Amino acid sequence: MTMLDIRIDDKSYCGQKVLGPLHLHLKQGEVVSLLGASGSGKSTLLSILAGLDRDWRGSVQLDGTRLQGVHPAISLVFQEPRLFPWLTVAENLRFGLPSADDCGCELEMLLEETGLQGLGQRLPKQLSGGQAQRAAIARGLMRRPRILLLDEPFSAVDAFTRMKLQDLLLGIAARHQLAILQVTHDIDEALYLSDRILVLRAGGGPLHGEFTVPSARPRSRSDASLLPLKDRMLDLLHLAEQAG
Amino acid sequence: MSEQAAIYPGQHGAAASDAPRQPSRPPARRIRPPRWLPGLLLPAALLATAELAVRAGMLAPNLLPPPSAILETIAELAQRGLAGHVAASALRVAAGFAAGALAAILLGTATALHRPTHAFFDPTVQALRAIPSLAWVPLLLLWLGIDEAPKLVLIAIGAFFPVYMGVAAGIRGVDRKLVEVARLYRLSASQQARQVLLPAALPAILTGLRNGLGLAWMFMVAAELIAASKGLGYLLSDGRETSRADIVLAAILLLAILGKASDSLMLRLEQRLLAWRDSFESHDHA
Repeated sequence: MTMLDIRIDDKSYCGQKVLGPLHLHLKQGEVVSLLGASGSGKSTLLSILAGLDRDWRGSVQLDGTRLQGVHPAISLVFQEPRLFPWLTVAENLRFGLPSADDCGCELEMLLEETGLQGLGQRLPKQLSGGQAQRAAIARGLMRRPRILLLDEPFSAVDAFTRMKLQDLLLGIAARHQLAILQVTHDIDEALYLSDRILVLRAGGGPLHGEFTVPSARPRSRSDASLLPLKDRMLDLLHLAEQAG
Repeated sequence: MSEQAAIYPGQHGAAASDAPRQPSRPPARRIRPPRWLPGLLLPAALLATAELAVRAGMLAPNLLPPPSAILETIAELAQRGLAGHVAASALRVAAGFAAGALAAILLGTATALHRPTHAFFDPTVQALRAIPSLAWVPLLLLWLGIDEAPKLVLIAIGAFFPVYMGVAAGIRGVDRKLVEVARLYRLSASQQARQVLLPAALPAILTGLRNGLGLAWMFMVAAELIAASKGLGYLLSDGRETSRADIVLAAILLLAILGKASDSLMLRLEQRLLAWRDSFESHDHA
């Protein structure tokens, strides 16, 4: 059943259309990846869904209720960790929460779940890139969201760390019954993580392509059965790039 | 544990265990000079050179008394109420700096956070900033007389502008990405200012405060040179009128020591409050 229904009629920057008309949906517990050429509005779409961008026409409905601005059920994790450097990891995780929600056990649980146990009192400068991104994901989960938006969250970390973070994310999504919508440029990552992959068209318009990943989880990173799907997606991305 | 350590457990210890064992030797103790020592070398060299040059007759002692004579003068002044002069100057700087810095923090924050306030105040502040300190003196004497008030106001004016610039530029320069995170948490404007903008702007604010404190000392001298019966500026003026170069130099030396001491205190505060910063300096001093 559709949890998040997204209809973008028009999103433009300085008279230049970026998104729309576009209709997407997200189901509970579903992992969806957004691919597309640069300038196809992937990050803009996440900003709209997170409530950071208000200058667009259309509607976003969560369980049939129209959303206006930021909603606690939707968390956004950025490409860079964006931790507040003057706060410890624990303080970053508690940031913005009402003090009544300040449950130490929840914090400890999340730190453990994201592999950050014992690092709660560290400052962001004392973390590795992977640890900082884990902390950013943990902060996104502190509000107990139902939908996690991820804007190329693993693009700045090394290959080994990326693989570990991808598995961490899948585990968290399954445990928390989270729907995940992530922007990525990495087709292999999209194939490994996603139930569905959406390809956006540069300069607005409907989806350029939509793929359901047939492979069951847990998946192998070298699953040969996904190669034909990867080739089709590469062809489509080339076309999208040329169209843009 | 680092990401790499998690992937290759035990790797860090391998090199040590495979290496041939060396006969144990007590680690050599390296004596490191105190950090402040290199900073004393240049003034000590200058003072020693001056002492030698005067004693060798290369410089006239009535124009440049030897440092030993200046120290004797300081000791002599100490018997005749030097502490009162130092205290009067330090209190003026403290009071003037506090007033100027507070006004600058309030106005700088307001202009940085509220565009109409910036449009209204900032052009005037920038114009006033261009006025040299001495230009204020006759006006303040006319308006406020020759008591404490004009001195404190002049010092406050001196401290105001660098702090204002630091606060306003610091807040306006806060990384937009951090503000976006704050917006995700639906913080009110005042919560955003308190929890994100001010901490993020703190490095620039503290730099402004440090510069403001330095200027407060300079403006204090300007104020005391003109109308004072107590203070280091008064001692400078008194030394000039009585042709006592040793008193003038003693006052200058004390001003240098007090200015450096207050700057060091600000630096300590800065290092303490900005320990979170991942800057070149923090690595350099690690």
